[in-house]
Amino acid sequence: MTAARFRIAVAKGRLLQEALPLLGRAGLAPDGDPLRERRLVMPCADDGGAEIVIIRAADVPTFVEYGAADFGIAGKDMLMEHDGRGFYELCDLGIARCRMVVAGHARRGAPPRRPRVATKYVATARRHFAQSGRQADIVKLYGSMELGPILGLSDLIVDLVDTGETLRTNGLAEIEEIAGISARLIANRASMRIKGTAMRAVADRFAAAARTE
Amino acid sequence: MAGRDSSSKRWLLPDGVEQALPGEARRIEGLRRRVLDLFDAWGYELVITPLIEYLESLLADADDELNLQVFKLTDQSSGRMLGIRADMTPQVARMDAHMLHAHGINRLCYAGQVLKARCGGVSGSRSPLQFGAEIYGHEGVGSSTEVIRLMLAALDAAGVDGVHLGVGHVGICRGFAQAAGLAPERSERLLDLLNTKAGHEIEAYLLEQGVARGQIEWFVSLADLYGDAGVLDEARRRYAGAVPQVADALDELQSVADALARSHPGVQLHCNLAELPGYHYETGLVFAGYVPSIGQEIARGGRYNNVGESFGKARPAVGFSSDLKLLAALGDDDGAAAETAAGAAQTICAPPDDDPALHEKIASLRAAGERVAVQFDAAANAAGARALVRDGGKWVVREAS
Repeated sequence: MTAARFRIAVAKGRLLQEALPLLGRAGLAPDGDPLRERRLVMPCADDGGAEIVIIRAADVPTFVEYGAADFGIAGKDMLMEHDGRGFYELCDLGIARCRMVVAGHARRGAPPRRPRVATKYVATARRHFAQSGRQADIVKLYGSMELGPILGLSDLIVDLVDTGETLRTNGLAEIEEIAGISARLIANRASMRIKGTAMRAVADRFAAAARTE
Repeated sequence: MAGRDSSSKRWLLPDGVEQALPGEARRIEGLRRRVLDLFDAWGYELVITPLIEYLESLLADADDELNLQVFKLTDQSSGRMLGIRADMTPQVARMDAHMLHAHGINRLCYAGQVLKARCGGVSGSRSPLQFGAEIYGHEGVGSSTEVIRLMLAALDAAGVDGVHLGVGHVGICRGFAQAAGLAPERSERLLDLLNTKAGHEIEAYLLEQGVARGQIEWFVSLADLYGDAGVLDEARRRYAGAVPQVADALDELQSVADALARSHPGVQLHCNLAELPGYHYETGLVFAGYVPSIGQEIARGGRYNNVGESFGKARPAVGFSSDLKLLAALGDDDGAAAETAAGAAQTICAPPDDDPALHEKIASLRAAGERVAVQFDAAANAAGARALVRDGGKWVVREAS
């Protein structure tokens, strides 16, 4: 690989958009516009030893766990789904806030005793229902979870909500909250030892940048 | 169609199960011999543990993590459940507690195949060749330091350069958890959180548990205590007079750090006071080896007193283990292919001749450590290779041209 001092993996999409100002405040703005450009690896403009890699949100924990990236910026939803053991979760960056909830039909009665639950977050949903002592059958979907209850595929969904507008528009309502979600800075365990001082300095810059928002 | 499909994939191995081709196998076996010789030279006795045994003995002291990792099957002769070893350390501890004279000091070592039900670790292997060394019957910095030094020597023997050493101490988290009055199952959850250093979540969890503010501060600041040996001073300052068990743990870490700084000044030491790696049987000092190219630890160990308790005798123990396949691959710079080529070049080709003098010559060459292979088809003998040829009435080795 390259001789980059450290590499930061950032989830693309909304999270990247919200992370850019934060990266700027931390002195780690990428040398280019990752929202427009096709480059997947970008050096940092003010810090020659660092580079940003733009990847799918669900891949950020994997890249960091295996040490392909030293740091990662990913939503807590992805970390929960990943089980979160292979890396450090250094700070809450306070961006890309939303909530993970269980939702169902707004105007129908209580869901069946053993509901079918459509979600992208299979592990999290399974854990949530098991922890609350309920049996549930989980159906994996890759998007448009709201269609599950509407088309009779499932009784409930587990999904992220921001304003709740999509749920309302589709006749669904939030039933319970599973967790508050925001973007986190994660770090590879071995990198924290091998590049200890430099890594800590970067983590501190991120923490400071998150505070000044 | 299905039939053809399955036959065309018959070469496929299960996830995380590997085979080693000649050059690679030679390297792994060479490393196994070097490491076992090294252990022998340090005074460690080799033991061979069973590949498979009754589940209840295999899991006597085990936590959920090890339970998940053990492949289980039914013994057709007894109807009992059997498990295939996923970690040899508890087996060796049982040997010490139950079979050996469990009073003096025992230094034991082992190397062998283990099988894990789930892929994990750096290599993603489910069938690592685990090797390791343990000292039983000594409690103190002396044995801990010896085992760390032995681990570094084993990594050196494997040709792994630039090793960084991480150290921590389970007694610190446990001491605080006890002082804060957390029930064991709650402290497990806390230890998981500490392991991820998620400060805000640690705080939220402890508030939920009704832990006092001042005590919450112990844990939150613990997550932040990592770096060179300087963090030990910082920790002593922060936690002065707080919990005696924690002070003892810090002193022990300091002694180990000092001893290693003297014997291995070139090895980078990293302290992490909130770290509790792997299977949860460790009770004191924990340590691990890292290299820059790999995102996870390559060798690890620690002190795990009392692991032999359910077999009759609780003994202080400290040890380390690693994976021969992983280390062989790490020390390898395209070496496997080169070694196969070198091995082929060194082989002496003998003609398919029934001359007793030839047999005698072959036997004496082999006894002298040469590699001699009979070439069944004389014409196939590569022109430039080393070969046994008749020179007058005698058989002599014609060197490679």
